[in-house]
Amino acid sequence: MVTVVHPNLEDTDAKMSARDVSVFYGDKKAIDDVSIDIPTKYVTAFIGPSGCGKSTFLRTLNRMNDTIPSARVEGEITLDGEDIYRSRMDVVQLRARVGMVFQKPNPFPKSIYDNVAYGPKIHGLVSNKTETDEVVEKSLRRAGLWTEVKDRLDDSGTALSGGQQQRLCIARAIAVDPEVILMDEPCSALDPIATAKIEELIDELNGRYAIVIVTHSMQQAARVSQRTAFFHLGKMVEYGRTSDIFTNPLEKRTQDYITGRYG
Amino acid sequence: MSPAILLVLALGLGLAGWLAARARAWTFRRDSSTGRIAALPVYHAWYVALWIVVPVLVFVGLWSVIAPQLISQSVLSSPAAADLPAFGFQRDAILSEARSVASGSAKAVFNEAANGLVEPYRAAMARYNVIGVLATLVIAFLAGAWSFLRIKPDFTARTRVEKAVMTILLLASLVAILTTLGIVVSLVFETFRFFGMVSPLDFMFGTHWGPDPMSNPDSPDGSRYGAIPLFWGTIYIGAIIAMIVAIPLGLMSAIYLTQYANPTLRKWIKPALEVLAGVPTVVYGYFAALTVAPAIRDAAFAVGISNASSESALAAGLVMGVMIIPFVSSMADDSIAAVPQAMRDGSLAMGATTSETIRKVLVPAALPGIVAGVMLAVSRAIGETMIVVMAAGAAANLTGNPLEAMTTVTFQIVAMLTGEGSFDHPATLSAFALGFVLFMVTLGLNFIALRVVKRFREAYE
Repeated sequence: MVTVVHPNLEDTDAKMSARDVSVFYGDKKAIDDVSIDIPTKYVTAFIGPSGCGKSTFLRTLNRMNDTIPSARVEGEITLDGEDIYRSRMDVVQLRARVGMVFQKPNPFPKSIYDNVAYGPKIHGLVSNKTETDEVVEKSLRRAGLWTEVKDRLDDSGTALSGGQQQRLCIARAIAVDPEVILMDEPCSALDPIATAKIEELIDELNGRYAIVIVTHSMQQAARVSQRTAFFHLGKMVEYGRTSDIFTNPLEKRTQDYITGRYG
Repeated sequence: MSPAILLVLALGLGLAGWLAARARAWTFRRDSSTGRIAALPVYHAWYVALWIVVPVLVFVGLWSVIAPQLISQSVLSSPAAADLPAFGFQRDAILSEARSVASGSAKAVFNEAANGLVEPYRAAMARYNVIGVLATLVIAFLAGAWSFLRIKPDFTARTRVEKAVMTILLLASLVAILTTLGIVVSLVFETFRFFGMVSPLDFMFGTHWGPDPMSNPDSPDGSRYGAIPLFWGTIYIGAIIAMIVAIPLGLMSAIYLTQYANPTLRKWIKPALEVLAGVPTVVYGYFAALTVAPAIRDAAFAVGISNASSESALAAGLVMGVMIIPFVSSMADDSIAAVPQAMRDGSLAMGATTSETIRKVLVPAALPGIVAGVMLAVSRAIGETMIVVMAAGAAANLTGNPLEAMTTVTFQIVAMLTGEGSFDHPATLSAFALGFVLFMVTLGLNFIALRVVKRFREAYE
């Protein structure tokens, strides 16, 4: 069975493309033959019931699955046309270009300033204090956190509230000026108000970065994304414009899921 | 009859009470209309058994202290004891000879005077044995009967048994604490006696250590009791040389094992490292004295240092450092492994390399645990005795040259206590003052280390 792709996807400038990607954990096939183009200018949402493989697939896009010894990836994934799994690909460079925000906020146990300055420093993007200050301020402003923390940049990042921590993690990710940001259920550990702030932030970042968000919440996918892919049992069932997926799904399973019949 | 037999008797009676009470509780259960009673029959059984065993055990404990005194009193009041020497060694020796013959642990007396006392001893022992057994039976019977009569269908035996078990557990945990207190008290007492003879200022700040156990104990020479060289030797060997070896090696092995080693290798290396912690320190001492110290001396000669000693602080410190590696590495290993995977993922997802992640995220996050491990290791190193006794020498040198012989607090405690001085000589008592200082320092280090670990734990919960 092949993925149903809606025909009216007019955008062709794919930032990342996956072709026939399968992922194995040991002998178990977690992702089965997924092909998708991630557009440059839009937010793409991956939805689907728990265990459908959407997070696994997300992690293949910046090779975070490399940290799991038993994981194996087949197929081809390209970033600007370059295969990211080729042997000469530097995974450090890849992750600088494809940043990631995790399900649970994971600020380092360092100051807010050092959390944001961490990436620019290890990648040598800044050479002195003034430049670092600029990058930190710019990133925190973009993440909508600057006004809240500008007077306490030396406080520990772990002392912030959950929502602030997650925005700090987003600031940390955009501080290295990535081209793609992957978000793995970024709001699932947050309350509704913090969630609303993150969604607002995603809207603002839209267009500047290619954003891929995995979410359990269909309302969230409908609110923040322009493209939606529905995953089920390791397969990508349907992919299209978010409005089409939610109002006019072509597959019965997609319809059942978005109408709340299972998942 | 020995306390061991009384003990067996107590357990036998307890078992009897247990069976009887269980049987009775079963009849309650059969007779009740609902088939239920307030507690399961087995709890009634334990209730009665505890009521029998505990009072009997208390009695046996007391009796084994009191009975010998009662026996010797009755022997002394017998006519045969009238012509004993008035006091002192002779009298005690004769009495103990007669006692060992009477109890059967010796065949015949060496001293004729003891012959006449054997019979009175034998008689008194037999008498008090009978009294002991009878008292045991009476106590067991009374306690058993009282508790047995309390068993009723609505008797809440379980809560009572649980309370008793809790009390027993509490007492068990108090033993360790009370022992520590007892150690402190005995140390403090002797330490004060020492400071009554030698000024604490001389002890704490003097730089010459050379107590003479043969000197006149009434007018000790305070200038010979300066403990600074000992403290210096202890810190130099245990906290400086040993840690220069142990901290980098321990930390590096922990990093390798947690971050780089594949699981199979880790499964072999980690236990191998932990075996190192189980090697008796006296074996390390041999190794330091017979292998490392001569090697260091030869190496020093080879590079033209002619005054190198065959016993050196360096040898003791190096071997001690190796001994300490497992302590540092296992604490560091635990605390690095306790840093959430999310931290590591977060850093890797930023495009950090594994080594940047370790240096900038994992080690700083695990630092409190690592520091605590190092502190525990230091407190172990400065309390270590056998290696320094065998390899560091006895000379109380105040020097920074690691090739010279040095001595430590622990070594001097051994030397002073096993020396030739009488027990109340200040030279001997100085061992207690040294032990007290050492105890306080290690206690302080452990206390700080535990506090640090506790704060670290809270950070990730």
